[in-house]
Amino acid sequence: MQDVISISNLSKTYASGFSALKNVDLTIHRGEIFALLGPNGAGKTTLISIVCGIVNPSSGSVTVDGHDIQRDYRASRSLIGLVPQELSTDAFESVWNTVTFSRGLFGKAANPAHIEKMLRALSLWDKKDNRIITLSGGMKRRLMIAKALSHEPQILFLDEPTAGVDVELRRDMWQLVRDLRDSGVTIILTTHYIEEAEEMADRIGVITHGELILVEEKCELMRKLGKKQLTLLLQQPLSHVPTELVSRGLTLSGDGSELIYTYDTQDADAGVAELLKELAAAGIHYKDLRTEQSSLEDIFVSLVSGRSKKS
Amino acid sequence: MMNLHAVRAIFRFEMARTWRTLMQSVISPVISTSLYFIVFGAAIGARIPEVEGVSYGAFIVPGLIMLSLLTQSISNASFGIYFPKFSGTIYELLSAPVSTPEIVLSYVGAAATKSIMLGLIILVTSGLFVPLRVAHPLWMLLFLVLTSVTFSLVGFIIGIWADGFEKLQVVPLLIITPLTFLGGSFYSIAMLPPFWQQVALFNPVVYLISGFRWSFYDIADVSLGVSLGMTLVFLAVALVIVAWIFRTGYRLKA
Ligand SMILES: Nc1ncnc2c1ncn2[C@@H]1O[C@H](COP(=O)(O)OP(=O)(O)OP(=O)(O)O)[C@@H](O)[C@H]1O
Ligand SMILES: [Mg+2]
Repeated sequence: MQDVISISNLSKTYASGFSALKNVDLTIHRGEIFALLGPNGAGKTTLISIVCGIVNPSSGSVTVDGHDIQRDYRASRSLIGLVPQELSTDAFESVWNTVTFSRGLFGKAANPAHIEKMLRALSLWDKKDNRIITLSGGMKRRLMIAKALSHEPQILFLDEPTAGVDVELRRDMWQLVRDLRDSGVTIILTTHYIEEAEEMADRIGVITHGELILVEEKCELMRKLGKKQLTLLLQQPLSHVPTELVSRGLTLSGDGSELIYTYDTQDADAGVAELLKELAAAGIHYKDLRTEQSSLEDIFVSLVSGRSKKS
Repeated sequence: MMNLHAVRAIFRFEMARTWRTLMQSVISPVISTSLYFIVFGAAIGARIPEVEGVSYGAFIVPGLIMLSLLTQSISNASFGIYFPKFSGTIYELLSAPVSTPEIVLSYVGAAATKSIMLGLIILVTSGLFVPLRVAHPLWMLLFLVLTSVTFSLVGFIIGIWADGFEKLQVVPLLIITPLTFLGGSFYSIAMLPPFWQQVALFNPVVYLISGFRWSFYDIADVSLGVSLGMTLVFLAVALVIVAWIFRTGYRLKA
Protein backbone atom coordinates (compact mmCIF):
# COMPACT_ATOMS: atom_id res chain seq x y z
CA MET A 1 0.00 0.00 0.00
CA GLN A 2 1.13 3.53 -0.76
CA ASP A 3 2.30 5.77 2.04
CA VAL A 4 0.79 9.21 2.15
CA ILE A 5 2.45 10.51 5.31
CA SER A 6 5.81 9.46 6.56
CA ILE A 7 7.16 10.61 9.86
CA SER A 8 10.69 9.75 10.78
CA ASN A 9 12.57 10.20 13.98
CA LEU A 10 10.31 13.03 15.04
CA SER A 11 10.92 14.64 18.43
CA LYS A 12 9.46 17.63 20.14
CA THR A 13 10.76 19.39 23.19
CA TYR A 14 8.64 22.35 24.23
CA ALA A 15 10.24 25.60 25.37
CA SER A 16 9.47 24.52 28.94
CA GLY A 17 11.95 21.70 28.42
CA PHE A 18 9.19 19.12 28.37
CA SER A 19 9.79 16.35 25.90
CA ALA A 20 6.39 15.63 24.34
CA LEU A 21 7.49 13.37 21.48
CA LYS A 22 10.44 11.03 21.42
CA ASN A 23 11.80 9.72 18.12
CA VAL A 24 8.47 8.88 16.58
CA ASP A 25 8.46 6.90 13.34
CA LEU A 26 5.15 6.36 11.61
CA THR A 27 3.78 5.94 8.13
CA ILE A 28 0.17 6.45 7.18
CA HIS A 29 -1.19 4.55 4.21
CA ARG A 30 -3.25 6.24 1.58
CA GLY A 31 -6.96 5.75 2.07
CA GLU A 32 -6.85 4.22 5.53
CA ILE A 33 -8.43 5.23 8.80
CA PHE A 34 -5.69 5.42 11.38
CA ALA A 35 -6.56 5.78 15.03
CA LEU A 36 -4.07 7.22 17.48
CA LEU A 37 -4.80 6.08 21.00
CA GLY A 38 -3.22 7.29 24.16
CA PRO A 39 -3.96 8.70 27.58
CA ASN A 40 -4.16 12.45 28.32
CA GLY A 41 -0.90 14.19 27.66
CA ALA A 42 0.54 11.33 25.60
CA GLY A 43 1.49 13.61 22.71
CA LYS A 44 -1.34 12.97 20.23
CA THR A 45 -2.18 16.61 19.64
CA THR A 46 1.50 17.52 19.50
CA LEU A 47 2.07 14.96 16.76
CA ILE A 48 -0.88 16.18 14.72
CA SER A 49 0.06 19.81 15.24
CA ILE A 50 3.53 19.23 13.86
CA VAL A 51 2.25 17.51 10.73
CA CYS A 52 -0.22 20.36 10.18
CA GLY A 53 2.34 23.11 10.71
CA ILE A 54 1.04 24.51 13.99
CA VAL A 55 3.96 23.39 16.13
CA ASN A 56 7.61 23.37 15.06
CA PRO A 57 9.34 20.00 15.31
CA SER A 58 12.56 19.90 17.35
CA SER A 59 14.09 17.25 15.12
CA GLY A 60 13.13 14.64 12.59
CA SER A 61 11.23 14.96 9.36
CA VAL A 62 7.72 14.62 8.01
CA THR A 63 6.61 14.33 4.41
CA VAL A 64 3.06 14.52 3.17
CA ASP A 65 2.54 12.91 -0.21
CA GLY A 66 6.27 13.34 -0.77
CA HIS A 67 6.34 17.02 0.22
CA ASP A 68 8.46 18.02 3.18
CA ILE A 69 6.24 19.86 5.67
CA GLN A 70 8.75 22.63 6.17
CA ARG A 71 10.50 23.12 2.83
CA ASP A 72 7.41 22.47 0.78
CA TYR A 73 4.72 23.58 3.23
CA ARG A 74 2.38 24.97 0.60
CA ALA A 75 2.02 21.67 -1.17
CA SER A 76 1.80 19.61 2.01
CA ARG A 77 -0.66 21.85 3.83
CA SER A 78 -3.06 22.18 0.92
CA LEU A 79 -3.58 18.42 1.09
CA ILE A 80 -4.57 18.47 4.75
CA GLY A 81 -7.75 19.35 6.59
CA LEU A 82 -7.63 19.64 10.37
CA VAL A 83 -10.36 19.46 12.97
CA PRO A 84 -8.61 20.49 16.18
CA GLN A 85 -9.44 19.23 19.62
CA GLU A 86 -10.55 22.62 20.91
CA LEU A 87 -13.72 24.22 19.58
CA SER A 88 -12.29 27.54 18.49
CA THR A 89 -14.42 29.58 16.15
CA ASP A 90 -15.07 33.18 15.25
CA ALA A 91 -18.15 33.65 17.38
CA PHE A 92 -19.60 36.56 15.43
CA GLU A 93 -19.16 35.20 11.94
CA SER A 94 -21.92 33.38 10.12
CA VAL A 95 -21.63 29.68 9.36
CA TRP A 96 -21.56 30.29 5.63
CA ASN A 97 -18.87 32.99 5.81
CA THR A 98 -16.55 31.06 8.05
CA VAL A 99 -16.62 27.98 5.80
CA THR A 100 -16.11 30.15 2.71
CA PHE A 101 -13.21 31.84 4.49
CA SER A 102 -11.54 28.49 5.20
CA ARG A 103 -11.74 27.47 1.58
CA GLY A 104 -10.14 30.73 0.46
CA LEU A 105 -7.45 30.45 3.11
CA PHE A 106 -6.41 27.10 1.66
CA GLY A 107 -6.04 28.64 -1.76
CA LYS A 108 -9.14 27.34 -3.48
CA ALA A 109 -11.40 29.43 -5.69
CA ALA A 110 -14.87 29.97 -4.28
CA ASN A 111 -17.25 27.08 -4.87
CA PRO A 112 -20.65 27.68 -3.27
CA ALA A 113 -21.95 24.35 -4.57
CA HIS A 114 -19.29 22.41 -2.68
CA ILE A 115 -19.88 24.35 0.50
CA GLU A 116 -23.61 23.78 0.23
CA LYS A 117 -22.99 20.05 -0.19
CA MET A 118 -20.72 20.03 2.86
CA LEU A 119 -23.19 21.93 5.04
CA ARG A 120 -26.04 19.69 3.97
CA ALA A 121 -24.03 16.54 4.66
CA LEU A 122 -23.33 17.85 8.15
CA SER A 123 -26.93 18.94 8.77
CA LEU A 124 -25.91 22.57 9.05
CA TRP A 125 -27.64 23.88 5.97
CA ASP A 126 -30.53 25.46 7.82
CA LYS A 127 -27.99 27.21 10.07
CA LYS A 128 -25.94 28.69 7.28
CA ASP A 129 -26.86 32.29 8.05
CA ASN A 130 -26.67 31.92 11.82
CA ARG A 131 -23.86 33.43 13.77
CA ILE A 132 -21.59 30.76 15.21
CA ILE A 133 -22.20 31.93 18.75
CA THR A 134 -25.80 30.73 18.42
CA LEU A 135 -24.81 27.12 17.62
CA SER A 136 -24.78 24.27 20.10
CA GLY A 137 -21.55 22.46 20.94
CA GLY A 138 -22.34 19.54 18.65
CA MET A 139 -23.17 21.90 15.80
CA LYS A 140 -19.90 23.75 16.33
CA ARG A 141 -18.05 20.47 16.18
CA ARG A 142 -19.72 19.73 12.84
CA LEU A 143 -18.92 23.22 11.67
CA MET A 144 -15.25 22.61 12.40
CA ILE A 145 -15.49 19.52 10.21
CA ALA A 146 -17.14 21.54 7.45
CA LYS A 147 -14.32 24.08 7.64
CA ALA A 148 -11.71 21.34 7.49
CA LEU A 149 -13.38 19.78 4.45
CA SER A 150 -14.07 23.07 2.70
CA HIS A 151 -10.98 22.83 0.51
CA GLU A 152 -11.50 19.18 -0.41
CA PRO A 153 -8.41 17.83 1.38
CA GLN A 154 -7.00 14.37 0.68
CA ILE A 155 -6.02 13.88 4.28
CA LEU A 156 -8.20 14.67 7.27
CA PHE A 157 -7.00 14.93 10.85
CA LEU A 158 -9.66 14.59 13.51
CA ASP A 159 -8.37 15.36 16.98
CA GLU A 160 -10.95 13.78 19.28
CA PRO A 161 -13.84 14.37 16.93
CA THR A 162 -16.45 12.88 19.21
CA ALA A 163 -15.51 14.41 22.54
CA GLY A 164 -18.70 15.81 24.03
CA VAL A 165 -20.89 14.53 21.23
CA ASP A 166 -24.06 12.56 21.91
CA VAL A 167 -24.48 8.93 20.89
CA GLU A 168 -26.60 9.58 17.85
CA LEU A 169 -24.33 12.28 16.50
CA ARG A 170 -21.34 10.07 17.18
CA ARG A 171 -22.87 7.36 14.97
CA ASP A 172 -23.49 9.99 12.27
CA MET A 173 -19.91 11.13 12.47
CA TRP A 174 -18.59 7.61 12.19
CA GLN A 175 -20.71 7.19 9.09
CA LEU A 176 -19.39 10.45 7.69
CA VAL A 177 -15.82 9.35 8.31
CA ARG A 178 -16.46 6.04 6.57
CA ASP A 179 -18.04 7.84 3.62
CA LEU A 180 -15.02 10.10 3.39
CA ARG A 181 -12.69 7.13 3.48
CA ASP A 182 -14.72 5.48 0.74
CA SER A 183 -14.30 8.61 -1.35
CA GLY A 184 -10.53 8.24 -1.01
CA VAL A 185 -9.73 10.53 1.92
CA THR A 186 -7.10 9.32 4.36
CA ILE A 187 -8.20 9.83 7.95
CA ILE A 188 -6.13 10.10 11.08
CA LEU A 189 -8.10 10.40 14.27
CA THR A 190 -7.27 10.50 17.92
CA THR A 191 -9.67 9.32 20.52
CA HIS A 192 -10.06 8.29 24.10
CA TYR A 193 -12.98 6.07 23.20
CA ILE A 194 -11.50 2.70 22.43
CA GLU A 195 -14.88 1.69 21.12
CA GLU A 196 -14.41 4.30 18.45
CA ALA A 197 -11.05 2.96 17.31
CA GLU A 198 -12.38 -0.57 17.43
CA GLU A 199 -15.38 0.40 15.35
CA MET A 200 -13.65 2.49 12.73
CA ALA A 201 -9.93 2.11 12.42
CA ASP A 202 -8.02 0.04 9.91
CA ARG A 203 -4.85 0.48 11.89
CA ILE A 204 -4.14 1.60 15.40
CA GLY A 205 -1.19 3.35 16.98
CA VAL A 206 -0.74 3.57 20.71
CA ILE A 207 1.22 6.47 22.09
CA THR A 208 2.14 7.12 25.68
CA HIS A 209 4.66 9.51 27.25
CA GLY A 210 5.60 10.73 23.79
CA GLU A 211 6.57 7.31 22.51
CA LEU A 212 4.75 5.40 19.87
CA ILE A 213 4.77 2.00 21.49
CA LEU A 214 2.76 0.08 18.97
CA VAL A 215 1.38 0.33 15.46
CA GLU A 216 -0.69 -2.54 14.16
CA GLU A 217 -3.57 -3.54 11.94
CA LYS A 218 -6.60 -3.50 14.17
CA CYS A 219 -7.61 -7.10 13.47
CA GLU A 220 -4.05 -8.27 13.92
CA LEU A 221 -3.82 -6.39 17.19
CA MET A 222 -7.00 -7.91 18.50
CA ARG A 223 -5.87 -11.34 17.43
CA LYS A 224 -2.37 -11.05 18.80
CA LEU A 225 -3.07 -9.51 22.10
CA GLY A 226 -6.60 -10.64 22.57
CA LYS A 227 -7.19 -12.91 25.50
CA LYS A 228 -10.09 -15.27 25.73
CA GLN A 229 -11.70 -16.34 28.92
CA LEU A 230 -13.77 -19.43 29.45
CA THR A 231 -16.00 -19.34 32.51
CA LEU A 232 -17.67 -22.46 33.81
CA LEU A 233 -20.62 -22.18 36.18
CA LEU A 234 -20.20 -25.16 38.47
CA GLN A 235 -22.98 -27.31 39.79
CA GLN A 236 -21.21 -27.54 43.14
CA PRO A 237 -18.92 -24.80 44.41
CA LEU A 238 -15.30 -25.81 44.92
CA SER A 239 -13.06 -24.73 47.76
CA HIS A 240 -9.88 -24.99 45.69
CA VAL A 241 -8.73 -25.85 42.19
CA PRO A 242 -8.27 -29.67 42.01
CA THR A 243 -4.59 -30.55 42.15
CA GLU A 244 -4.57 -32.43 38.82
CA LEU A 245 -5.76 -29.20 37.11
CA VAL A 246 -3.49 -26.67 38.82
CA SER A 247 -0.96 -26.80 35.97
CA ARG A 248 -3.68 -25.49 33.64
CA GLY A 249 -3.65 -22.14 35.38
CA LEU A 250 -7.29 -22.19 36.33
CA THR A 251 -8.68 -19.76 38.85
CA LEU A 252 -11.75 -19.90 41.04
CA SER A 253 -14.18 -17.05 41.54
CA GLY A 254 -14.49 -15.69 45.08
CA ASP A 255 -17.38 -17.90 46.15
CA GLY A 256 -16.01 -20.95 44.34
CA SER A 257 -19.01 -21.23 42.02
CA GLU A 258 -17.11 -20.33 38.84
CA LEU A 259 -14.01 -21.82 37.34
CA ILE A 260 -12.15 -19.45 35.02
CA TYR A 261 -9.74 -20.42 32.28
CA THR A 262 -7.79 -17.69 30.49
CA TYR A 263 -5.92 -18.38 27.25
CA ASP A 264 -4.46 -16.62 24.24
CA THR A 265 -6.57 -16.72 21.11
CA GLN A 266 -3.30 -17.06 19.25
CA ASP A 267 -2.41 -20.22 21.07
CA ALA A 268 -3.06 -23.05 18.64
CA ASP A 269 -3.35 -25.74 21.29
CA ALA A 270 -5.23 -23.83 23.93
CA GLY A 271 -6.86 -27.21 24.51
CA VAL A 272 -10.32 -26.23 25.56
CA ALA A 273 -11.63 -29.63 24.55
CA GLU A 274 -8.86 -31.33 26.55
CA LEU A 275 -9.68 -29.25 29.57
CA LEU A 276 -13.33 -30.13 29.45
CA LYS A 277 -12.46 -33.83 29.27
CA GLU A 278 -10.09 -33.53 32.22
CA LEU A 279 -12.79 -31.76 34.20
CA ALA A 280 -15.22 -34.56 33.52
CA ALA A 281 -12.57 -37.08 34.57
CA ALA A 282 -12.04 -35.16 37.80
CA GLY A 283 -15.76 -35.36 38.42
CA ILE A 284 -16.38 -31.63 38.13
CA HIS A 285 -19.71 -30.84 36.52
CA TYR A 286 -20.88 -27.47 35.22
CA LYS A 287 -24.35 -26.23 34.45
CA ASP A 288 -23.34 -23.53 31.97
CA LEU A 289 -20.35 -21.92 30.34
CA ARG A 290 -19.51 -18.66 28.59
CA THR A 291 -16.52 -17.22 26.78
CA GLU A 292 -15.38 -13.61 26.57
CA GLN A 293 -12.83 -12.03 24.31
CA SER A 294 -10.91 -9.05 25.58
CA SER A 295 -11.75 -5.79 23.90
CA LEU A 296 -9.36 -3.26 22.54
CA GLU A 297 -9.91 -1.37 25.73
CA ASP A 298 -8.48 -4.17 27.83
CA ILE A 299 -5.56 -4.48 25.45
CA PHE A 300 -4.97 -0.77 25.64
CA VAL A 301 -5.14 -0.58 29.39
CA SER A 302 -2.77 -3.50 29.80
CA LEU A 303 -0.33 -1.99 27.29
CA VAL A 304 -0.28 1.46 28.81
CA SER A 305 -0.20 0.33 32.42
CA GLY A 306 2.49 -2.24 31.65
CA ARG A 307 4.45 0.58 30.12
CA SER A 308 4.18 2.98 33.01
CA LYS A 309 5.13 0.25 35.48
CA LYS A 310 8.30 -0.34 33.52
CA SER A 311 9.34 3.30 33.34
CA MET B 1 3.25 31.86 -6.83
CA MET B 2 1.07 33.61 -4.34
CA ASN B 3 -1.97 32.28 -2.53
CA LEU B 4 -4.16 35.18 -3.61
CA HIS B 5 -7.33 33.45 -2.52
CA ALA B 6 -6.00 33.41 1.02
CA VAL B 7 -4.93 37.05 0.96
CA ARG B 8 -8.37 38.02 -0.29
CA ALA B 9 -10.12 35.83 2.28
CA ILE B 10 -8.20 37.32 5.22
CA PHE B 11 -8.53 40.87 3.92
CA ARG B 12 -12.29 40.48 3.52
CA PHE B 13 -12.63 38.88 6.90
CA GLU B 14 -10.78 41.74 8.56
CA MET B 15 -12.75 44.37 6.69
CA ALA B 16 -15.99 42.63 7.64
CA ARG B 17 -14.90 42.99 11.25
CA THR B 18 -14.70 46.74 10.71
CA TRP B 19 -18.25 46.95 9.46
CA ARG B 20 -19.44 44.76 12.31
CA THR B 21 -17.75 47.06 14.78
CA LEU B 22 -18.46 50.24 12.88
CA MET B 23 -19.10 52.18 16.06
CA GLN B 24 -15.70 51.36 17.52
CA SER B 25 -13.69 51.42 14.31
CA VAL B 26 -14.92 54.55 12.59
CA ILE B 27 -17.41 56.56 14.54
CA SER B 28 -15.59 56.85 17.85
CA PRO B 29 -12.37 58.30 16.35
CA VAL B 30 -14.49 60.79 14.43
CA ILE B 31 -16.25 61.84 17.60
CA SER B 32 -13.03 62.18 19.57
CA THR B 33 -11.45 64.24 16.79
CA SER B 34 -14.45 66.54 16.79
CA LEU B 35 -14.04 66.95 20.54
CA TYR B 36 -10.40 67.92 20.07
CA PHE B 37 -11.52 70.59 17.66
CA ILE B 38 -14.11 71.94 20.00
CA VAL B 39 -11.69 72.01 22.94
CA PHE B 40 -8.36 72.88 21.35
CA GLY B 41 -9.48 74.48 18.14
CA ALA B 42 -12.41 76.61 19.23
CA ALA B 43 -12.20 77.08 23.00
CA ILE B 44 -8.44 77.33 23.54
CA GLY B 45 -7.34 77.94 19.98
CA ALA B 46 -9.26 81.20 19.82
CA ARG B 47 -6.80 82.58 22.37
CA ILE B 48 -3.75 81.21 20.57
CA PRO B 49 -2.29 83.33 17.79
CA GLU B 50 -1.52 81.94 14.36
CA VAL B 51 1.35 79.47 14.11
CA GLU B 52 3.66 80.36 11.24
CA GLY B 53 0.84 82.00 9.36
CA VAL B 54 -1.73 79.24 9.92
CA SER B 55 -4.67 79.57 12.30
CA TYR B 56 -4.26 77.32 15.33
CA GLY B 57 -7.37 75.29 14.48
CA ALA B 58 -6.05 74.50 11.01
CA PHE B 59 -2.52 73.99 12.33
CA ILE B 60 -3.52 71.03 14.49
CA VAL B 61 -5.41 69.17 11.74
CA PRO B 62 -2.40 67.18 10.43
CA GLY B 63 -1.34 66.34 13.98
CA LEU B 64 -4.84 65.19 14.88
CA ILE B 65 -5.04 62.98 11.83
CA MET B 66 -1.63 61.52 12.72
CA LEU B 67 -2.77 60.93 16.27
CA SER B 68 -5.75 58.91 15.06
CA LEU B 69 -3.76 57.19 12.37
CA LEU B 70 -1.15 55.98 14.82
CA THR B 71 -3.50 54.83 17.54
CA GLN B 72 -6.02 53.26 15.17
CA SER B 73 -3.43 51.51 13.01
CA ILE B 74 -1.91 49.99 16.08
CA SER B 75 -5.14 49.01 17.75
CA ASN B 76 -6.68 47.58 14.58
CA ALA B 77 -3.68 45.56 13.53
CA SER B 78 -2.81 44.37 17.03
CA PHE B 79 -6.35 43.26 17.72
CA GLY B 80 -6.66 41.63 14.28
CA ILE B 81 -3.83 39.20 14.98
CA TYR B 82 -4.12 39.01 18.76
CA PHE B 83 -7.72 37.93 18.77
CA PRO B 84 -7.20 34.71 16.78
CA LYS B 85 -4.38 33.85 19.17
CA PHE B 86 -6.66 34.50 22.10
CA SER B 87 -9.68 32.61 20.72
CA GLY B 88 -7.59 29.77 19.30
CA THR B 89 -8.70 30.27 15.70
CA ILE B 90 -5.07 30.99 14.78
CA TYR B 91 -4.67 27.23 14.29
CA GLU B 92 -6.30 27.63 10.92
CA LEU B 93 -3.96 30.35 9.77
CA LEU B 94 -0.91 28.39 10.90
CA SER B 95 -2.07 25.21 9.19
CA ALA B 96 -2.96 26.96 5.93
CA PRO B 97 -0.72 27.08 2.88
CA VAL B 98 0.04 30.77 3.31
CA SER B 99 3.44 32.43 3.49
CA THR B 100 4.65 35.11 5.87
CA PRO B 101 4.43 37.90 3.32
CA GLU B 102 0.88 36.85 2.51
CA ILE B 103 -0.20 36.89 6.16
CA VAL B 104 1.42 40.26 6.73
CA LEU B 105 0.06 41.66 3.48
CA SER B 106 -3.49 40.69 4.31
CA TYR B 107 -3.62 41.62 8.01
CA VAL B 108 -1.52 44.74 7.76
CA GLY B 109 -3.12 45.65 4.45
CA ALA B 110 -6.58 45.50 5.99
CA ALA B 111 -5.54 47.49 9.07
CA ALA B 112 -3.78 50.10 6.95
CA THR B 113 -6.77 50.38 4.60
CA LYS B 114 -8.99 51.11 7.58
CA SER B 115 -6.57 53.72 8.87
CA ILE B 116 -6.33 55.45 5.51
CA MET B 117 -10.11 55.54 5.25
CA LEU B 118 -10.26 56.87 8.76
CA GLY B 119 -7.63 59.54 8.07
CA LEU B 120 -9.63 60.75 5.09
CA ILE B 121 -12.85 60.77 7.11
CA ILE B 122 -11.18 62.87 9.80
CA LEU B 123 -9.79 65.18 7.15
CA VAL B 124 -13.28 65.74 5.80
CA THR B 125 -14.67 66.17 9.33
CA SER B 126 -12.02 68.79 10.06
CA GLY B 127 -13.11 70.68 6.97
CA LEU B 128 -16.39 71.26 8.77
CA PHE B 129 -14.62 73.09 11.61
CA VAL B 130 -11.74 74.95 10.05
CA PRO B 131 -10.78 76.23 6.59
CA LEU B 132 -8.49 73.55 5.14
CA ARG B 133 -5.87 73.71 2.47
CA VAL B 134 -3.68 70.88 1.24
CA ALA B 135 -0.66 72.28 -0.58
CA HIS B 136 0.75 68.93 -1.75
CA PRO B 137 -2.07 66.35 -1.99
CA LEU B 138 0.12 63.57 -3.37
CA TRP B 139 2.70 64.00 -0.63
CA MET B 140 -0.14 64.11 1.85
CA LEU B 141 -1.43 60.77 0.56
CA LEU B 142 2.08 59.30 0.54
CA PHE B 143 2.63 60.18 4.20
CA LEU B 144 -0.85 58.95 5.03
CA VAL B 145 -0.20 55.59 3.40
CA LEU B 146 3.36 55.14 4.70
CA THR B 147 2.35 56.01 8.24
CA SER B 148 -0.70 53.74 8.16
CA VAL B 149 1.34 50.83 6.84
CA THR B 150 4.23 51.37 9.24
CA PHE B 151 2.07 51.61 12.32
CA SER B 152 -0.16 48.76 11.26
CA LEU B 153 3.04 46.71 11.13
CA VAL B 154 3.92 47.96 14.61
CA GLY B 155 0.42 46.97 15.74
CA PHE B 156 0.84 43.56 14.16
CA ILE B 157 4.08 43.08 16.09
CA ILE B 158 2.42 44.15 19.33
CA GLY B 159 -0.49 41.78 18.67
CA ILE B 160 1.93 38.89 18.27
CA TRP B 161 3.98 39.88 21.29
CA ALA B 162 1.00 40.42 23.57
CA ASP B 163 -0.13 37.47 25.66
CA GLY B 164 -2.92 39.30 27.41
CA PHE B 165 -5.28 42.17 26.80
CA GLU B 166 -3.28 44.47 29.13
CA LYS B 167 -0.18 44.16 26.99
CA LEU B 168 -2.29 45.05 23.99
CA GLN B 169 -3.15 48.33 25.69
CA VAL B 170 0.14 49.10 27.33
CA VAL B 171 2.27 50.03 24.32
CA PRO B 172 -0.25 52.42 22.76
CA LEU B 173 -1.01 53.92 26.15
CA LEU B 174 2.49 54.26 27.56
CA ILE B 175 4.53 54.81 24.42
CA ILE B 176 2.56 55.81 21.35
CA THR B 177 0.12 58.30 22.86
CA PRO B 178 2.79 60.23 24.81
CA LEU B 179 5.09 60.28 21.80
CA THR B 180 2.29 61.63 19.64
CA PHE B 181 1.28 64.31 22.10
CA LEU B 182 4.91 65.31 22.58
CA GLY B 183 5.63 64.94 18.88
CA GLY B 184 4.09 68.23 17.88
CA SER B 185 0.47 67.29 17.25
CA PHE B 186 -0.65 70.46 18.99
CA TYR B 187 2.39 72.71 18.65
CA SER B 188 5.39 73.42 16.52
CA ILE B 189 8.68 72.05 17.84
CA ALA B 190 10.04 75.54 17.28
CA MET B 191 7.87 76.74 20.19
CA LEU B 192 9.88 74.60 22.63
CA PRO B 193 12.94 75.79 24.56
CA PRO B 194 16.16 74.86 22.69
CA PHE B 195 17.00 71.94 24.99
CA TRP B 196 13.61 70.31 24.51
CA GLN B 197 13.84 70.88 20.77
CA GLN B 198 16.92 68.64 20.79
CA VAL B 199 15.15 66.02 22.91
CA ALA B 200 12.15 66.11 20.59
CA LEU B 201 14.34 65.03 17.68
CA PHE B 202 14.63 61.62 19.36
CA ASN B 203 10.88 61.26 19.07
CA PRO B 204 10.11 59.42 15.83
CA VAL B 205 6.62 60.86 15.67
CA VAL B 206 8.07 64.36 15.19
CA TYR B 207 9.28 63.36 11.73
CA LEU B 208 5.93 61.88 10.72
CA ILE B 209 3.95 64.90 11.85
CA SER B 210 6.41 67.37 10.40
CA GLY B 211 6.33 65.81 6.95
CA PHE B 212 2.58 65.44 7.05
CA ARG B 213 2.06 69.03 8.15
CA TRP B 214 4.40 70.23 5.42
CA SER B 215 2.15 68.54 2.83
CA PHE B 216 -0.68 70.74 4.12
CA TYR B 217 0.87 74.11 4.84
CA ASP B 218 4.46 74.09 3.58
CA ILE B 219 5.69 74.49 7.15
CA ALA B 220 7.91 71.89 8.78
CA ASP B 221 10.00 71.29 11.90
CA VAL B 222 12.53 69.20 10.00
CA SER B 223 13.22 69.07 6.28
CA LEU B 224 11.00 67.04 3.99
CA GLY B 225 13.86 64.71 3.02
CA VAL B 226 14.58 63.89 6.66
CA SER B 227 10.88 63.28 7.37
CA LEU B 228 10.50 60.94 4.45
CA GLY B 229 13.81 59.21 5.18
CA MET B 230 12.90 58.59 8.81
CA THR B 231 9.42 57.35 7.87
CA LEU B 232 11.00 54.83 5.52
CA VAL B 233 13.49 53.78 8.19
CA PHE B 234 10.62 53.04 10.62
CA LEU B 235 8.89 51.03 7.91
CA ALA B 236 12.05 49.04 7.25
CA VAL B 237 12.63 48.35 10.95
CA ALA B 238 9.05 47.13 11.37
CA LEU B 239 9.42 44.87 8.32
CA VAL B 240 12.63 43.35 9.62
CA ILE B 241 11.04 42.57 12.99
CA VAL B 242 8.02 40.97 11.30
CA ALA B 243 10.27 38.86 9.09
CA TRP B 244 12.19 37.70 12.15
CA ILE B 245 8.98 36.82 14.00
CA PHE B 246 7.83 34.53 11.24
CA ARG B 247 11.20 32.96 10.67
CA THR B 248 11.45 31.94 14.28
CA GLY B 249 7.74 31.37 14.90
CA TYR B 250 8.12 33.74 17.86
CA ARG B 251 5.00 33.55 20.04
CA LEU B 252 3.02 32.03 17.20
CA LYS B 253 4.21 28.45 17.22
CA ALA B 254 5.26 26.37 20.18
N1 LIG C 1 2.78 24.61 24.30
C1 LIG C 1 3.20 23.71 25.18
N2 LIG C 1 4.20 23.99 26.03
C2 LIG C 1 4.64 23.09 26.91
N3 LIG C 1 4.15 21.84 27.03
C3 LIG C 1 3.13 21.51 26.22
C4 LIG C 1 2.62 22.41 25.25
N4 LIG C 1 1.63 21.78 24.59
C5 LIG C 1 1.53 20.56 25.11
N5 LIG C 1 2.44 20.37 26.10
C6 LIG C 1 2.66 19.16 26.89
O1 LIG C 1 2.97 18.11 26.01
C7 LIG C 1 2.35 16.91 26.43
C8 LIG C 1 1.54 16.32 25.30
O2 LIG C 1 0.43 17.16 25.06
P1 LIG C 1 -0.62 16.80 23.93
O3 LIG C 1 -1.57 17.93 23.87
O4 LIG C 1 0.11 16.46 22.69
O5 LIG C 1 -1.31 15.52 24.56
P2 LIG C 1 -2.55 14.68 24.02
O6 LIG C 1 -2.08 13.31 23.80
O7 LIG C 1 -3.19 15.36 22.87
O8 LIG C 1 -3.50 14.74 25.28
P3 LIG C 1 -5.11 14.81 25.38
O9 LIG C 1 -5.60 13.43 25.21
O10 LIG C 1 -5.33 15.31 26.76
O11 LIG C 1 -5.57 15.76 24.32
C9 LIG C 1 1.52 17.25 27.66
O12 LIG C 1 2.25 16.86 28.80
C10 LIG C 1 1.40 18.74 27.62
O13 LIG C 1 1.36 19.28 28.90
MG1 LIG D 1 -4.94 16.26 22.53
